[in-house]
Amino acid sequence: MNDLLDPLLLARWQFGLTTIYHFLFVPLTIGLATTAAIFQTAWYRTGKLEYLRVTRFFGSIFLINFAMGVVTGIVQEFQFGMNWSEYSRFVGDVFGAPLALEGLLAFFFEATFIGLWIFGWDKLPRGVHLATIWATAVGSVLSAYFIIAANAFMQNPVGYQMNEQAGRAELVDIGELLANPVALAAFPHTIAAAFMVTAGLIISAAAWHLARRQHVDTMRPALKFGLWTMVVAGGLTVLFGDQLSLAMVATQPMKMAAAEATYNTVCGADASFSIFTLGTPDGTTELFSIRVPYLLSFLSTHTFDGCVEGINDLQAQYQALYGPGDYAPIIWITYWSFRWMIGLGLAHVAVAVAGLWLTRKGRLPKQRWVWAVAIWSFPLSLMAMIVGWVFTEMGRQPWIVFSLLPTESAVSPNVTGLEVLISLVAFTVVYGILAVVEFKLVIRAIRKGPPDVGEPDPETGRVEPASTVY
Amino acid sequence: MDLAVVWFWIVAALFVGYFVLDGFDFGVGMSLPFLGKDDTDRRVLINTIGPVWDLNETWVIVAGASLFAAFPEWYATLFSGFYLALLLILLALIARGVSFEYRHQRPEAAWKRRFDWMIVVGSAVPALLWGVAFANIVQGVPLDAGHNYTGTLFDLLNPYALLGGLTTLLVFFTHGVVFASLKTDGDLRERARRLATRAGLLTIVVAAAFLVWTGLAYGTAWFWGFAALAALALVGAWLANVRGREGASFTLLAITIAATVLGLFSALFPDVMPASNDPANSLTIANASSSEYTLTVMTWVAVIFLPLILLYQGWTYWIFRKRVTRSAVEAAAH
Ligand code: HDD
Ligand code: HEM
Ligand code: HEM
Repeated sequence: MNDLLDPLLLARWQFGLTTIYHFLFVPLTIGLATTAAIFQTAWYRTGKLEYLRVTRFFGSIFLINFAMGVVTGIVQEFQFGMNWSEYSRFVGDVFGAPLALEGLLAFFFEATFIGLWIFGWDKLPRGVHLATIWATAVGSVLSAYFIIAANAFMQNPVGYQMNEQAGRAELVDIGELLANPVALAAFPHTIAAAFMVTAGLIISAAAWHLARRQHVDTMRPALKFGLWTMVVAGGLTVLFGDQLSLAMVATQPMKMAAAEATYNTVCGADASFSIFTLGTPDGTTELFSIRVPYLLSFLSTHTFDGCVEGINDLQAQYQALYGPGDYAPIIWITYWSFRWMIGLGLAHVAVAVAGLWLTRKGRLPKQRWVWAVAIWSFPLSLMAMIVGWVFTEMGRQPWIVFSLLPTESAVSPNVTGLEVLISLVAFTVVYGILAVVEFKLVIRAIRKGPPDVGEPDPETGRVEPASTVY
Repeated sequence: MDLAVVWFWIVAALFVGYFVLDGFDFGVGMSLPFLGKDDTDRRVLINTIGPVWDLNETWVIVAGASLFAAFPEWYATLFSGFYLALLLILLALIARGVSFEYRHQRPEAAWKRRFDWMIVVGSAVPALLWGVAFANIVQGVPLDAGHNYTGTLFDLLNPYALLGGLTTLLVFFTHGVVFASLKTDGDLRERARRLATRAGLLTIVVAAAFLVWTGLAYGTAWFWGFAALAALALVGAWLANVRGREGASFTLLAITIAATVLGLFSALFPDVMPASNDPANSLTIANASSSEYTLTVMTWVAVIFLPLILLYQGWTYWIFRKRVTRSAVEAAAH
């Protein structure tokens, strides 16, 4: 019973649940704002109404999604203080700054311009209206930068100094904090991944209609756009992921060891990357595996004879540095989440390349299974993104701020297990219900297809407002 | 001047922004059952705040983040201490936020009614609880030596704090109804004006009781100054509304809210969260704030960007300055 009401465990579950949930919506917000902006620009420049209809189509999905991003984001903001007050006291001087910058520079910008975009179709000159959706897109990308810089401090603390007397970390160099090498690699990787997820949605939606041979005039360009975005964003994701691996090995070697379940330090050909492993349940003995020699060495050091430190050696080093304790994360989670991220990502690029080939020169494949594969793009690319974050965050354990503050010392001391349980149950129920509603609404919006937009006003070129007014 | 003191007032200003802006859209949300005779009325009402509720709500995000950055101890104590109250506020804001986006997604009346109620409750709960929270901060709460709150949810629901909550609830309601009369036309506008007159009287009585109680128990000279301003503006707003001067009434109510928030902050000063059990445990501006360097960085950002933010947000309000009419909303509902 006491275990059930352990505030630390419950707070961790709650943070994991609510953050993953927030992140179901964030990548689409980033990607769809840009997608809508691109198609609206195409309409602005060519005057072709198909482009406007595609804009409205993805715009309506964007708005359903955006509301969820906003309301779940507020929870994130409050949660640090509610469940992790010791953490907030310890890092607030450093960590608070990027959050405040995010609010002042990005959220205000985004929240203001999205209102102008939704309600401004018939109130703003066409060019200004186009600018509002671009501003929304810029705001969302900017907000991602600040939050990732904040997160990067937890992975690789920089730009701070310990104030022993106050018992907290204090900011000494904001430039260093914002140019954290982990943030510089994680940001483009995350943004590129967000575009993969968005491409996944576009492919899924377009494939759904094209499989039924409906809305071909709007959905074919959308499909092409989605497939190309997937290929390009996928390539970039891999490229930046590679950079991120280097940054990660340099700052948190334990995470790479755990990603590979490498217990002993290995070099060169022995530093092989396992694609699939069956082991004993505790993970210490391997039963069967498929391995690519040298790949781990290459991923970690960009050389073929580099060494990758193993969990046991790192454990011994950390005990000497930080005292007795277990410094390894939960190995099976890091091992499998790392593989699913990479595997699903590469599979998506392959599927998209195949899709471009199959639909070349106006072809539309007849086989149902081809379209079925395409429709799975969205859920699976989203999953790649989520497991990537699970890897990042779980791989950091047992630290909440790497090398400075263990997770167990970060939780609010005065919040009872019962209180956390109440909020965990409340969020689970509310988020569960909203997930069902949101899912149905998105499906409905996709099925409805691109809306009619009517003819633009011959004098001003403006169009009537979207019927999404409340 | 000490930067921590500057940030105390910047945080106050951010909460002024939040309560002035989100306050009236809470009010519009709460007014749906009173003013919305049919679906079109309700659509008109929701559309008056449609383009701006999100940016209004963002003020609390920025206020919270600034609290985190400038006063980490205050943020940590407040948010962990008022745990269940904040949970309720969060759930309410979630319900409200999604409802604006979801209510128009399906045509069925039952679907719309459900989301209308979520908007009403989702507006009323924060309007009440923010007042409760701020009254408790001014009153002081039990804190241990590590600045952790040692009371329970029920300690927060004391008579003084509940009066504070009732005050914010009523002031926001009246402000929202006045906004509705400012932004609609015809019969709806007239009904809103009459409702504001009635609600305004009750608001004056309750707010006066709260201000006097605060003044007698925790007041400083500054507090009394702000309280007097708030009271004058509130009465002025009522008179302006009776005369049909909607714009003036709305502005005066904004001044009421701003003066009340500033008054509460001046009653706190130089504490940020007094400990009711032992003054030695109180959180003060000095012991809750961030380092000089962090505050300097933040000050530069605030000085450069706050004016810009006010500028583009003002522009948005100007773009949507026209009244929302029934005919326009009906025409868009195809
Ligand atoms: C569609 C999603 C997606 C795909 C296909 C990939 N990733 Fe990824 N990855 C993410 C989505 C993601 C992410 C957005 O979920 C993470 C979490 C934190 C971050 O910055 O990006 C991430 C984290 C992350 C990390 C952890 C960083 C840390 O903990 O500091 C590494 C090392 C990689 N990725 C490397 C790769 C490599 C080498 C890939 C391909 C070959 C790859 N990722 C494909
Ligand atoms: C970029 C901003 C982020 C910040 C600042 C952040 C911060 C945190 C914090 C403070 C915790 C709780 C302490 C801990 O358990 O170590 C945590 C845990 C966690 N986060 Fe993140 N996070 C971020 C992004 C994400 C994203 C996008 C996801 C998933 C999609 C995610 C998934 C998780 C999970 C699963 C945990 C639970 C780990 C555990 O405690 O068992 N995080 N993160
Ligand atoms: C990598 C991780 C994250 C990214 C990229 C990200 C980005 C975004 C985006 C794009 C939105 C929706 C747009 C918007 O509402 O303005 C959003 C909403 C929000 N996010 Fe996150 N977020 C992440 C994780 C977090 C975390 C850990 C927090 C906690 C501090 C947070 C706080 C918020 C808030 C407060 C909102 C609502 C803002 C609003 O009113 O518009 N986010 N976030």
